[in-house]
Parts: sequence; structure tokens; C-alpha cells
Amino acid sequence: MVAKDPRLTVPDEWFKKKTDDGDQAEAVVRPSLSYWKDAWRRLRKNKLAMSGLVFLILLTFMAIFGPILSPYEVTATDLRSQNLAPSAAHWFGTDEMGRDVFTRTWYGARISLFVGVMAALIDFFIGIIYGGVSGYKGGRTDSIMMRVIEILYGLPHLLVVILLMVVMGPSLTTIIVALTITGWVGMARIVRGQVLQIKNYEFVTASKSFGAQTPRIIRKNLLPNTMGPIIVQMTLTVPSAIFAEAFLSFLGLGIQAPHASWGVMANDALPVILSGDWWRLFFPAFFISITMFAFNVLGDGMQDALDPKLRG
Amino acid sequence: MPLYILKRFIMMIVTILIIATLTFVLMRAIPGSPFDEERTSNPTIQANLEKFYKLDQPMPIQYLNYLKSIVTFDYGPSIKKPNESVNTLLSRGFPISFELGIATMIVAVLSGIVLGTFAALRHNGIIDYGAMTFAVIGISIPNFVLATLLIQQVAVNWGWLPPATWSSPKHMILPVIALATGPTAIIARLTRASMLEVLTQDYIKMARAKGLTPFRIVARHALRNALMPVVTIMGTMLAGILTGTFVIEKIFAIPGMGKYFVESINNRDYPVIMGSTVFYSAFLVFMLFVVDILYGFLDPRIKLHKKEGEV
Repeated sequence: MVAKDPRLTVPDEWFKKKTDDGDQAEAVVRPSLSYWKDAWRRLRKNKLAMSGLVFLILLTFMAIFGPILSPYEVTATDLRSQNLAPSAAHWFGTDEMGRDVFTRTWYGARISLFVGVMAALIDFFIGIIYGGVSGYKGGRTDSIMMRVIEILYGLPHLLVVILLMVVMGPSLTTIIVALTITGWVGMARIVRGQVLQIKNYEFVTASKSFGAQTPRIIRKNLLPNTMGPIIVQMTLTVPSAIFAEAFLSFLGLGIQAPHASWGVMANDALPVILSGDWWRLFFPAFFISITMFAFNVLGDGMQDALDPKLRG
Repeated sequence: MPLYILKRFIMMIVTILIIATLTFVLMRAIPGSPFDEERTSNPTIQANLEKFYKLDQPMPIQYLNYLKSIVTFDYGPSIKKPNESVNTLLSRGFPISFELGIATMIVAVLSGIVLGTFAALRHNGIIDYGAMTFAVIGISIPNFVLATLLIQQVAVNWGWLPPATWSSPKHMILPVIALATGPTAIIARLTRASMLEVLTQDYIKMARAKGLTPFRIVARHALRNALMPVVTIMGTMLAGILTGTFVIEKIFAIPGMGKYFVESINNRDYPVIMGSTVFYSAFLVFMLFVVDILYGFLDPRIKLHKKEGEV
């Protein structure tokens, strides 16, 4: 038995009953936020991005209902009302065939948005499959698939698109096909880069050790975590597809008259712009520009909002 | 380094070969012969025409002839303009388009870098907001819209500059502005982003601690690293600018390659379409190759042979 040394004894007053304050310190004060809720919370603070989003929602609404609400048909010509300036009857004026520019503008919005969104969606599917397989498989498969991408990336895209359009003939479908044949490469690169990074994280290993099969890992672990950059890329694909459609229509390779797209309308307006019929060019040009602007600021905002490193 | 250049060179050749083959296959895939429109011509004339343009030979021979013509830069006669060959069109049009493209590139790179740098140096200041507002607007306005606006306002309403054609330096101003605004905006954004990142690095603090003037810090130390991303996109940007010239030339009535190209599209002059597509593509792929090599020399961090699995 060792003698009790007073220095080694612990005085009773050192022990205190835990107060409520102590409990509070351990508690999670802020409600837990999922990745998407947090991104949305941050996006909402970005006024410019939100105004872009609101504009796009309004534009979509008008693209769907604008042509229906208007009393004029898109392709209806009226030779008694040619080249009219904007008025109460024709809010955006009329063109040289007497077609109502207001109606045609919303119809053009339909075409432009459709081309943009379809191009983005198809790029998304091809890119996810190609990039996902390439990044996940790795090794030989990856390097062969990447060589292919490298070569495709070196092709001058608009030239290839022009060539395809010349061969396939101008129509809505061929524009979308031509744009996606060259467009998916960027998406595939992004998906592959993301997958390559994430597949080595511990939670993927954990999932594997539970016996998860490859499809399940791709679906449950990899895809949700690569979604941020993919969505940003999609948002930025839409305006570039809209621009490409306008560009092609402008060269006479896009949608054919009497159908309307913004590019066709701008192209048709060129000869008359010097005679003072400003509304012919103004409305399609204005809406192309504002739409591209809205998608760009929304894309920028989402990039910031979806980046976990910038989490405030 | 030689290995890297060789690898890039082979990639370039493969890419050009793919474009050439694609062009060939696509053009041959179009149903009917280019002479179908001339309904008056009898079968003998048709046959003779096809013989003249070597369209009667078997496909593999045609393909080989075609590849040979690409290597020797001889693209044959135009079908719709019998007295002109694709080469004369190219030699007449391309120098003008090239002038427009290079002038645009120079303007875009210089003004983009200046704008982006000042925006980064005055981060969140009024210059920054001004430059970035300009950049987003510049990216959003298609060049053909800007071109028409410029013609209407500057040339017609104010009468300051000529509205069309290509005969003196004065004529170049409006087309170059119209074409350069988008690329300027892209370069400004890129420069700003990478400049902001570079300015937080330790060696910049070090330079400041040494007492270097702000100008010297930015010009000698920061810009060199901040401009690497700009160099990377220069190849693809040149591609965008050169295809952009098609539209700008149409609007400003500039007699460049774009004019002939659009014309050849509209009247389906296949040798011209093929010739100019392949020529343009080869030119652009070559520029991409040059940029890649340049990048290798400029950035000491690139060891010029890539790590496993890198793009």
C-alpha cells in the first residue's frame, strides 16, 4: 500500500455537473443543408443570375404561349400591311411580307430555345456515357478514348457543322444533329475529369467494399457528385447552340423561310436596315442578345453556387 | 521535347486526314451529280463533264487523287465558275480574310489582356465592374448584330467611317471592332480570373516586399504566369474568328474567302466547298499545333511529356 499523497488526490470541487451550456456547444445549431439546397441558397443571393433565371422563365412562357395569344399566324402574309412600324395592332411591326414580327419573335424563341436545350441534352447524354466510361475504366480504354477526343477537339467545329448542313440540307433536325456531332466532346472531357477525381475517394471504396456493382456505383456515387460542373456546362452550351443556329441561319443554312428563327429574322432584316425599318432587326437581335446574356450570367452564377470551395 | 513535337505533329496529320476523308465522304454522299441541274445537257456532255472533273473513275482512285490534290495544294476547277479554279479563289480571297482575322486577333488579344489586367488590379472596383459588364455584354451580342448596329450608327447615321468594302485602313475599323468584341470579352474574363489567382501567390508578395514598382511586378512577374490560359485558348479562338469572318465579310461586302465560301454554299459548288473547308481546317489545325508548341516553350512547368491518364 502506498501512502495517500495529498497531491495526488483530486479534490471534489473539480468535478462539476455538466450544465446545459455544455450540451448546447455540442448541438448542431444550423439546420443541415443538402448540396442542392445550399447551392440554391447561394444562387438566390446572386441578383444578376436570378434576373437571368427570371427572364428565361418569362421567355419560355412567351415562347410557348406567345404565338397562341397573338391574333396573327406566324407565316400568314398580309400584303396590305407591309413594313409597318410598331403600333397598337402590330406591337413589333411587320416585315416585307406583312407578317407580324411580334408573333414571329416568340415563334423564333421557340426554335432557338428548342435548338439550345436539345443540343445541351444530347451533349449531356453522350458526354456522360463517353466521359463516364473513359474516366471510370481508366488505363488503355481511357487513353484510346482520349486520343479520339483529342482529335475531335482539334476539328474546327463551325466548319464541320457548315459541311454537315450543306450535305444534310437545312432543317431543324439537321441543325441539332450537326451541333451535337461536334458538341459532345467538351461535355465528355468534363465528365471524365470529374469521374477520374472522384472514383478514388473513400466513399466509393466504401461502397465497393459493401459489394456494390459498377452500375450502382456510377449511378449512386459518381453521377450525383459530378453534377455541378455538368449543369454549368449545360447552361453554357445552350447559348452557344443558340448562337450557332443564328449563325447558320444567317449564312442561309438554318431554318428556311417562311419559318422563323431569330437568326433568319435578323438575316432577312439586313437589306432593309438602311431604309430605316429598325424594328425588323432590333427585336430578333435584342432577344438573341438578352437570351445569351441571361444564360451566361446564370451559368456564371451557378458555377459559383455549385462550387463547394466557395461555400460561405 | 522533340518527342513531344513529333507526337503533336502526328496528331496534326491525323486530324487533317480525318477532315479530308470526312469532307470527301460527305460530298460523295450527296445523291446525284453536281451537273444534274443542267437539264438541257445530253448524256454525252454529262459524261464528258464527269470525265473532265474525274468523277467517272472508281471511288478509291478518286479518293487518292483527292488526297494528292490536298498535299500539292491543287484543288481543281470550280464547277459553277468554269474559268476559275479553287486555287485562284483561295489566293484572291484568303489574304483578305487572313488580314481581317489577324487584325482582329491582335486587337482582341491586346485589349482583352489590358482590360482583364486592370480589372484584376482594381478587384471589385469601378474599373472591374465596368470591364466585366462590357465582357458579359460582349459575349452576349452576336457579331453579326454588332456589325449591323455599327454600320447603321457609325457609318450611316454619323458618317464617320465607310460602311463597306475593303480598300483602306479606315475600312478595316468597323469590321475589326465587330469581329473582335466577342474574343476581347472572353480574353478579358480569362485574364482577370487567372490574374486574380496569380496576385495572391507568395512570389508576388515577395516582389512587393523587395520594393519593386507595381508596374514592374505586374508586367514582369504576374502577367507572365497569368497569360498561360490565354495562350491555351488562342488556337481555338483563331478558329472562331476565321469562321466569324464569313459572316462579317458578307455584311461588310468584303471580298474575302468568306464571300466565295458562302456563294459556293448557296450554289452548291462542291469543289469550292471541299477545297476551302480542307484548306481552312488544315490552316487552323496547323495554328493549333503552333500554339501547342509555343505553350510548351512558354510554360516551364510543362515537362512536355504528359503524365499517365492526363488529357
